[in-house]
Amino acid sequence: MDGIGQGPKVVFTLPIFGGIDITETIVIGWLIIVAVLLVCLYLTKGLSKKPTKKRQIVAEMFVGFVNNMVDTTMGKKWKRYAPYIATLLVYAVLGALVSLLGLRSMTADFNVPLTWALMTFILITYHKIRAGGVLGYAKGFASPIPVMLPLNLLSEVATPLSMAFRMFGNISGGAVITTLIYSALAGLSKLIHLSFEIGGIGLNAGQLFIPAVLSVYFDLFSGCIQAYIFATLTMVYVSSAADEGE
Amino acid sequence: MLTEKAFVLGCSAIGAGLAMIAGIGPGIGEGYAVGKTIESIARQPEAKGDCTRTMFIGVAMAESTGIYAFVVALILMFANPFIGKL
Repeated sequence: MDGIGQGPKVVFTLPIFGGIDITETIVIGWLIIVAVLLVCLYLTKGLSKKPTKKRQIVAEMFVGFVNNMVDTTMGKKWKRYAPYIATLLVYAVLGALVSLLGLRSMTADFNVPLTWALMTFILITYHKIRAGGVLGYAKGFASPIPVMLPLNLLSEVATPLSMAFRMFGNISGGAVITTLIYSALAGLSKLIHLSFEIGGIGLNAGQLFIPAVLSVYFDLFSGCIQAYIFATLTMVYVSSAADEGE
Repeated sequence: MLTEKAFVLGCSAIGAGLAMIAGIGPGIGEGYAVGKTIESIARQPEAKGDCTRTMFIGVAMAESTGIYAFVVALILMFANPFIGKL
């Protein structure tokens, strides 16, 4: 049961401003950034007009996928958002999948999805103000009738919060469930005498293959789908915020 | 002997379990959404991409309530606010 219900461990503390804690999440985040940078440098080395190398085809496939996604969800004029969406997608997928390497999932820390959701919130507000002006933005809260003001304010705040909670809940929920099943399998295999001890290391037969199958769903599938949904929701909210004022 | 802390902890565990009953709603809703999507794909196979994309967004929306319940259960289990009030 250890490891669940606790926040990320503090790796070291920066001795400025009275001590800033550098947690596992930040370290893993920077590791992912460096890894993505290296992969990008490798994939885009020696580009040619007609792709001959395999790595260029892979890179073009990914860029085409994101461009197509932005085109179909937001429309042609929103093409400048493709790099932001691609960044979000790659960072979220890798942040969830580092748990396969035995590290702590980056998105299982609530601060990470909350930060991304706040970025989306800032984008939404920016586009609403740009489309309708500050007055139109303020007026939007009192529509259709002024009585709706508290409800509109609430739904405005609920958007980033629900996005952040969705991502955090899915990833950390998967971690909690797999840990619970792992410890339940240990008890079960002790019960039916399938637990051995080889050289002081306990081994439970029930723990061998079943967690791997569950991990495919809770880590691989859930991580990818949540990243995709987060990116899609960002696109939908931003483009609808811009359309609202017109 | 039932101490105050044990009572609060036990009640919190029951509350966490009760909170997860909310999982029924998203379960039914998501199943319905997926079923309807399959129906529409069977009727119009060329719209598969659009249908699937829209379904994922809808399913993610429907899932929110379940996730809120889960977060409440997590708070009750691991960051219990009632222990501090004893």
